[in-house]
Amino acid sequence: MTRYSLFSLLRNALNYHEDWPRAWRSPEPKSSYDAVIVGGGGHGLATAYYLAKNHGITNVAVIEAGWIGGGNTGRNTTIVRSNYLWDESTALYEHSMKLWEGLSQELNYNVMFSQRGVLNLAHNQHDLKEIARRISANRLNGVDSEFLTPAEIKDLAPIIDLRAGGRYPVLGASIQRRGGTARHDAVAWGYARAADALGVDIIQQCPVTGFRIENGRVSAVETAKGTIEAGKVAIAVAGHSSVLAKMAGFRLPVQSQPLQALVSEPVKPVLDTVIMSGAIHAYISQSDKGELVIGAGADPYIGYGQRGSLPVTEETLAAVCELFPMFRRMRMLRQWGGIVDTCPDASPVLGMTPVDGMYINCGWGTGGFKSTPGAGWVFAHTVAKNEPHDLNAAFSLNRFRTGYLIDEHGAAAVAH
Amino acid sequence: MLVIPCPHCGPRCEIEFSYGGQAHIARPQDPAAADDATWADYVFMRDNTKGVFLERWVHSHGCRQWFNVARHTVTYEILASYETGAAPPNLDLESQA
Repeated sequence: MTRYSLFSLLRNALNYHEDWPRAWRSPEPKSSYDAVIVGGGGHGLATAYYLAKNHGITNVAVIEAGWIGGGNTGRNTTIVRSNYLWDESTALYEHSMKLWEGLSQELNYNVMFSQRGVLNLAHNQHDLKEIARRISANRLNGVDSEFLTPAEIKDLAPIIDLRAGGRYPVLGASIQRRGGTARHDAVAWGYARAADALGVDIIQQCPVTGFRIENGRVSAVETAKGTIEAGKVAIAVAGHSSVLAKMAGFRLPVQSQPLQALVSEPVKPVLDTVIMSGAIHAYISQSDKGELVIGAGADPYIGYGQRGSLPVTEETLAAVCELFPMFRRMRMLRQWGGIVDTCPDASPVLGMTPVDGMYINCGWGTGGFKSTPGAGWVFAHTVAKNEPHDLNAAFSLNRFRTGYLIDEHGAAAVAH
Repeated sequence: MLVIPCPHCGPRCEIEFSYGGQAHIARPQDPAAADDATWADYVFMRDNTKGVFLERWVHSHGCRQWFNVARHTVTYEILASYETGAAPPNLDLESQA
């Protein structure tokens, strides 16, 4: 692997940048691997990287039906934060946040992590109380979290209309100053390059069609490129988790719905922080290219079409126009949906399955991107040791039997 | 925009309706005898089908009646709607198109 540095940049500049090597190989699958990871998004690639780096397991394949980072990794609104309510969630997301803070150096790949702060707005008395409670919970768990008055919000983002047309008055906000955004494609590419350098095979355009399970233990993955023997199988496929689980003969508590996002035409810098309003499903930031990146709500019904429904778009844009009157004349360039699989308690499933040697990472709902490094880290531990890490022990599939749910619905600073 | 055929009011836009998830989930016959796994399956586990899916809707801003719909979750084509309690229409539920 060519190490990216100022020196390599200068050297390649002399050749007009025509001799950069490929960032990762594109091998044909071998007949057998110690571990096969299904799903080449951020989570699958991060899992492969930490399996190789932290646990020395390098005979690993990542199998992706489409292209790496082509699913939810490339479809989210790139927000990173860790100000969740419950202890279990905070521990996991904060572990992730700490990895984000060193990720570009760790991977030798610029993921453009920008700690520009993330605000969660309050529009009514209930929101204010919820924010006060969450800020206190965050601080007790060692996560930076502060309250902002309307004047402080206006100071930070002068383009906001605090009266919001009278419909959504802004009464305050929580802010996590260490939160921010990252370049989502770069996260997939950075992990792919780093995992590949440690010997992981990344196999794209290779849908999984079934599993070979004997005596309750998985032994192989059937794919479009033939049967691949596997000592262990780790599933990290987000929206299609139920489809894969059905192939393996177990059920999940998730429902898959399109979560929608839009980007506008690029404009001069107007917003240098991230403003979220869970109550009215509007999440907005400005990319380095100048586009407004707008996150909307999820369709209320199950869907595998990666587009999202028009009433949801309309509701979000109406709210954005009230909060930021100057955006009324902006034109939207693109709109799309990513299929998020959400658990009844809006927390992920990250751990063992009823099948021996098979592990699952799913149910992230709207939290998948921000958790990428941390989820990969603890999932790799789970796969390597055949038992969960302390940080993901609570996120077992078994919690739906014991009733120990981690209810982040409405608590996680967003409405799911 | 989905146009959902309410069995009572006819075709209406999706914004008039609320979603009720998977249809035809039977409550355990003998609740006192059901173990935790049975309850988990009944309360939380869902088919989440990619393909033709039988689901519940309620016409919140219309007749306020619950009913069932057979809808393809990839193409979003609505194949049938029928009253709660009626048997589902004879459809190929395994097709994924």
